[in-house]
Amino acid sequence: MEEINNLMQGFSVAMTLPNLVYMLVGITLGILIGVLPGLGGANGIAILLPLTFTMNPTSAIIMLSCIYWGALFGGAITSILFNIPGEPWSVATTFDGYPMAQQGQAAQALTAAFTSSFVGALFAVVLITFLAPVLAKFALHFGPAEYFAVQLLTFCSFVGMSKEPVAKVISSMMLGFALAAVGMDTVTGQLRMTYGFPELLKGFDFLIAVIGLFGIGEILLTMEEGLAFKGKSAKLNMRVVLQTWKELPRYWMTFLRSTAVGCWMGITPGGATPASFMSYGIARRMSKDPDSFGKGQIEGVLAPETAAHAAGTSALLPMLTLGIPGSPTAAVLLGGLMIWGLQPGPMLFVEHKDFVWGLIASMYLGNLVGLVVVLTTVPIWAAFLRIPFSVIAPVIVVICAVGAYTVHSSMFDVVMMLVFGVLGYLFKKLKYPMAPLVLALVLGDMAEASFRQSMLLSQGSMSIFWSNPLVGSISGLAILLLVWPLWSMAKDALRARK
Amino acid sequence: MKEPSKLQRGPEKPPLRERGPELAVSALLMLIAALVLKDSMRVGIDWADDGPRAGYFPFYIGLLLLASSATVFLSTLLTWGKNHAEFAQREQLATVFAMLIPMTLYIVAMVWLGIYLPSMLLIGFFMRHHGKFSWLPTVGTSLAVPLAFFMVFERWFLVPLPKGPIENLLGF
Repeated sequence: MEEINNLMQGFSVAMTLPNLVYMLVGITLGILIGVLPGLGGANGIAILLPLTFTMNPTSAIIMLSCIYWGALFGGAITSILFNIPGEPWSVATTFDGYPMAQQGQAAQALTAAFTSSFVGALFAVVLITFLAPVLAKFALHFGPAEYFAVQLLTFCSFVGMSKEPVAKVISSMMLGFALAAVGMDTVTGQLRMTYGFPELLKGFDFLIAVIGLFGIGEILLTMEEGLAFKGKSAKLNMRVVLQTWKELPRYWMTFLRSTAVGCWMGITPGGATPASFMSYGIARRMSKDPDSFGKGQIEGVLAPETAAHAAGTSALLPMLTLGIPGSPTAAVLLGGLMIWGLQPGPMLFVEHKDFVWGLIASMYLGNLVGLVVVLTTVPIWAAFLRIPFSVIAPVIVVICAVGAYTVHSSMFDVVMMLVFGVLGYLFKKLKYPMAPLVLALVLGDMAEASFRQSMLLSQGSMSIFWSNPLVGSISGLAILLLVWPLWSMAKDALRARK
Repeated sequence: MKEPSKLQRGPEKPPLRERGPELAVSALLMLIAALVLKDSMRVGIDWADDGPRAGYFPFYIGLLLLASSATVFLSTLLTWGKNHAEFAQREQLATVFAMLIPMTLYIVAMVWLGIYLPSMLLIGFFMRHHGKFSWLPTVGTSLAVPLAFFMVFERWFLVPLPKGPIENLLGF
């Protein structure tokens, strides 16, 4: 029970007064970010990251990960009360959450959403507690070939699992890799793709890309929808909360199923958004009364919320153990680790035990604190949404500009943010996925380094990726996921011909 | 930046169809792929004495980007007459530009004037022009928000934000 001991030690790190304060600040900021359109988990954390450069890394990651939990909670508030998903992963929550609010059951829907978020996250944290050390120990034996195979698996699973057209997934991913390659080559020190622009020497920073793609892009999309906030008001009192809680154990099967879907989608880089849709779909298909979905069925709130939180949380598992983030937000946290001088990956569990276990312990505490905070403060957040968009929109633009500038104190970055913003809008409208772009931009240098090291070891032969059972099975799985869409396309074509 | 002009192009009446922007974006990606391929060849895509050269990996990235964006480009062209999917209504595009144009001016102004004054103007413009607020809340908000940023960033966290001639005049 080494994990339990480590976890207890982690609690002693996380339970200090300053860390608890950071936790509370993080959750509060996170809910605010989740509630406001245009600010989300990924770009919210990216904007606040420069403020943590001088903080101690453990406190910094506790605060930033709590922003993430807060954003996950906050997304549900706007979905249920205003029928506006504050975050992409809470789109599925609007399907039944808003009808419930219209029928005067807003308090029940909110309680159900928050509680199921908590349950989903809790399961995922337990999974991380026991699986992460094992995975890290296993990954200690990885060489460059194994690393590249795992990265290949990550990117292939994007191609295999996305709903978007394959060519667009690959385009988006390769654009990320191409942007990551710009600037100084880490191995030879040569300049690549700078075309004489000194601003490009340091390459494209993914934080700028995240702020532009998700922040500015989202604002443009929201403008297009001509947003007018018309919401239901809600007061949560203890009686309704307890009453709803009494009913929830009946849905244990929904919880279990949604958690499983969420954890799987989080560890493989599906992310919270597809997890929530998938879980909603499964819950409806499995239900005895599928027609009630979309009309205010409480299970339709439970399923997506549980899965989104489970996915969001378990996305940190591959980030901590392998240095491969399972979602754009996890990628931003990974970027934070590197900025604070910590090398993500299995060595983290050996060299920075306090950091890792402090973070894991803070996930337990943070979600508990988050649950209490959202249950008690819903009316305040709903009031934020009554601020007209003509005030919120320019303020969010200013926040994004400040965030982009502070990353490197560079005006060029602010201009790039705008370019990425327009690109984000176009990508979203034309159904290019954005997560592969961000992950490729983050992992590009690492993937290239491990690929080149493998090539050096094997003198340029690809056979190194099949040289032992471990690397062979990872590569094999990657190829399988890559050809999966081709196979199903072929199947459809055959069926159409019959 | 350069996208807007592409969006506005096209003779067809509202709504704007998806195929135009689709073609433009995939063409842009093809151009980027070409740039990546060209420079990879320049730095060398083969092996040197000490291992793969700097262009070894990006070259394949460029090839894949070219292949995938060309697929989108060609399939858009092939279905040109049949594709009636809608990109956005004209009025929707107008509201997007109502945001994009002030935002672009804001960032251009930031280069010379620092962040504070343009932020005040941006917030003020939106509240007056789109929100139809009276002067008092407009001026109040557009002063309060940059001031809050000043306090949080420059005072508490000691992170400097860009400043222009007016801030210099005030002695910051």
